[in-house]
Amino acid sequence: MTATAPAPKLLFSGPDWDFDLIKRVHEACGEVGIREMGLDPYPNQIEVITTEQMLDAYASTGMPLFYRHWSFGKHFARNEALYRKGYQGLAYEIVINSNPCIVYIMEENSATMQTLVIAHAGYGHSHFFKNNYVFKQWTDADGILDYLEFARGFIAKCEERYGQEQVERVIDAAHALQSHGIHRYPRKRMPDLRSEERREEERRRHGEQLFNDLWRTVPAGQKKKADKDGEARRKALLGLPEENLLYFLEKTAPRLQPWQREILRIVRLINQYFYPQRQTKVMNEGCATFAHHRIMTRLHEKGQLNDGAFLEFLHSHTSVVLQPAFDDRRYSGINPYALGFAMCADIERVCVTPTEEDREWMPDIAGNGDAYGALREIWANYRDESFISQFLSPRVMRDFGFFRVLDDEDEEDMSVAAIHDERGYRKIRRALSKRYDIAYQDPEIQIVDVDLAGDRKLILQHRVMDGIVLEEADAERVLQHAADLWGYDVKLIEVDDGGVEFAEHNASPRRVFG
Amino acid sequence: MHIIDRRLNPGGKSFANRQRFLRRARAQVRKAVREASSQRSIKDAGKGGEVSIPAGGVHEPTLRRAAQGGMRDYVLPGNKKYIEGDTIPRPEGGAGDGSRASDSGEGEDEFRFALSDEEYLDLYLEDLELPDLAKRQIAGAEALQWRQAGFSTAGPPSRLSVPRTLRHSLSRRIALKRPKAGDVQRLREEIEKLEREGGRFDDLQGLRAELEEMLRRSRRIPYIDPVDVRYRRVESTPKPIAKAVMFCLMDVSGSMNEHMKDLAKRFYSLLYLFLDRRYEHVDVVFIRHTHEAQEVDEHTFFYSRETGGTVVSTALFKMEEIVRERYPIDQWNIYAAQASDGDNTSSDNPVVLQQLRDAILPICQYYAYVEVGMDDEEEPPGGAESSTNLWRAYRRVSTDSPFAMRRVRHRRDIYPVFRELFARRPEGAEAA
Repeated sequence: MTATAPAPKLLFSGPDWDFDLIKRVHEACGEVGIREMGLDPYPNQIEVITTEQMLDAYASTGMPLFYRHWSFGKHFARNEALYRKGYQGLAYEIVINSNPCIVYIMEENSATMQTLVIAHAGYGHSHFFKNNYVFKQWTDADGILDYLEFARGFIAKCEERYGQEQVERVIDAAHALQSHGIHRYPRKRMPDLRSEERREEERRRHGEQLFNDLWRTVPAGQKKKADKDGEARRKALLGLPEENLLYFLEKTAPRLQPWQREILRIVRLINQYFYPQRQTKVMNEGCATFAHHRIMTRLHEKGQLNDGAFLEFLHSHTSVVLQPAFDDRRYSGINPYALGFAMCADIERVCVTPTEEDREWMPDIAGNGDAYGALREIWANYRDESFISQFLSPRVMRDFGFFRVLDDEDEEDMSVAAIHDERGYRKIRRALSKRYDIAYQDPEIQIVDVDLAGDRKLILQHRVMDGIVLEEADAERVLQHAADLWGYDVKLIEVDDGGVEFAEHNASPRRVFG
Repeated sequence: MHIIDRRLNPGGKSFANRQRFLRRARAQVRKAVREASSQRSIKDAGKGGEVSIPAGGVHEPTLRRAAQGGMRDYVLPGNKKYIEGDTIPRPEGGAGDGSRASDSGEGEDEFRFALSDEEYLDLYLEDLELPDLAKRQIAGAEALQWRQAGFSTAGPPSRLSVPRTLRHSLSRRIALKRPKAGDVQRLREEIEKLEREGGRFDDLQGLRAELEEMLRRSRRIPYIDPVDVRYRRVESTPKPIAKAVMFCLMDVSGSMNEHMKDLAKRFYSLLYLFLDRRYEHVDVVFIRHTHEAQEVDEHTFFYSRETGGTVVSTALFKMEEIVRERYPIDQWNIYAAQASDGDNTSSDNPVVLQQLRDAILPICQYYAYVEVGMDDEEEPPGGAESSTNLWRAYRRVSTDSPFAMRRVRHRRDIYPVFRELFARRPEGAEAA
């Protein structure tokens, strides 16, 4: 390569970088990313930060500004201790799903690493944020920073007015419930008055058409259904069952002050903003890792990176996509970078040089020759669960040596249910895809009823699947928070679909808010 | 594309969050700090460092599934030998493949993090104070209080008093009969009216002259004149502060072995740390004695070696002498802390007692005696203390005097004893 490429085209040599270099690197990456791969990222805003600032950013889930709460201080303290002792390195970058896309890069990275980071975050992640449907549906990249600014200001004002302790109690409670403060589906819009009127009109006409005076003379039976109707009506009025616990409490809890409702709303909305990230961890990292790998390789091929820089890149790339085996000391779950990258690279292979097996498994894209087009299409229209269930090929399963283990409490030993062979591919793929389905991962908890006529007890229900109940100590504590917000007693029942009740938790409010 | 250099932005974004965290975990952090102190070397006594607190107090609960039980389904990478239908014994602890436990970051009983020097000391020395800091007087220029003190004619623009200035301006304008803006306006309108309606020429002329005169006056008499301007004046008054001196008396005679010296030095290093941090105006005088007493500097006191016989009274005489020379008792609050193994030449005991009663205690706000002993010494049964020469002598000091004595046998006792001696007392309680 170096023989054919003239030296002046080199972007840099040696580890030092300056702002001009960052600009040149950004352009060179764009040349490959946008022209060759057809990526469509947000405009980038690259911010150079120090280690200290990186730790700060860690503590506030990567966002440049956040409201204040002790739990962020706790995370900062933990990360700092781990980092200072050398147990944990820091990420090379943090990228924020906003428009323009903010990319933090660390000052101590070498020039090669900065190139890698820009390719990874500025083109890979940014393209994914802008084009994936889950992000399009759920997040407002233009408004998030303004909203965070508002949230921080509002909470600071509340602290001034009502005292840190009061505000902290509300945020504590909201944080405890935040995993169940998400709308998983776009909501039905409330009907407006005009359509209500039209429906009423139709209903009346229907009644007139069916009118027959004879029915009046038929003796009526005892009205037994009143109770049942009352229950249905009550549930409809309150919008039950409701799985978004925070939303329900914000709108319905009888004793909350307006500012407390607003805090619940802030926590809820910020959490909703992060919801797509949880659904697309593998794809998002896969997209970014694939993008940086391709961009860096192309830069090297074009002679813009020298061999030393390319080797440095390969070294860090391979450690990022390392997947330790299950019996390895380093194993801590499936590495999303590794799986995502392997699948994207595999899709490219299927498009360009498919085998017989690939033609059978992925007939739509096998051998179509347009790998980047196929990938762009996939990045836009899938999330982890559907991505894996569609595109995890036997080849990748063999490479990873995936096998499926069933662990039944009632059995003596665990059993291997499927391995990476002809009989097992589909089982493994289905099982793995399920592991990435958020709806399956999070326990399914709903508010099912409120005893409005009686003691206003709020009744929650956990739908137990596969006999796995909630972590008891935690559930009790969260329920306590829920009771504090609700202001009256709260009950949580754990039942499975067969109606078997596993457990019941109760909580009464300690000190009522407001 | 923009590049923004954020490196120079003020750091410490997380500071407020950290403070909230420490406030939340205060009780536990305080306990951890105090426990950690006995493990440390003398030099590090005041340094921050890592502490660990039970994770329970700062736990953030969430609704999640239990790590065990039920029917579980895992997909794992890295198969080498298994085929379908194999069974695998459940790993110890029953946490399945372990991935769940580590994913959620739970399962740890301790939460470890680092405290800065500042935070460490704050917690360490919380609620300590010198008792009975009674004598206060005006010292140097360090403590000045600023107070509002009337108004002056000169000062910086920032202290301009607008209401005062306008008040002066108003009275001057009235006194000098400056025409009011309303009067001028009315006259003008009258002239215009006459002009329109064609009034008598003489009237018009008269009014015009009047207007002319009015305008002239308002030009000559300004709305605000420099003589009106007033500034808020502030005055500084020196604030009385309490000056205090702490005498550290340490026995370094041959009977003190390494262990005892270590205990004594630890005690003094704590004391020194406490005084240094909490009180700006505290002098510390180090006196060490064998059969003769010597005033030494800090370094010598803590680090050099010396040996000889034991005559405790020499230290007390030395202290009295220094007080006479340098610390007039009407200006200084005088404190003393003495550490010894309790050995004394028996003939010296009456002298010590007399000197203490007659010369030292009357001038002292507080006198603390710490007796260091061997770790393995056991309390004799029946509560009768294995009393030393000095302990027996000091026991005869009347309980009315500001005198306290404690015994320390082990490193871990030092901090509790220190806290006992210097704990903040509720108002009006006796120092005993």
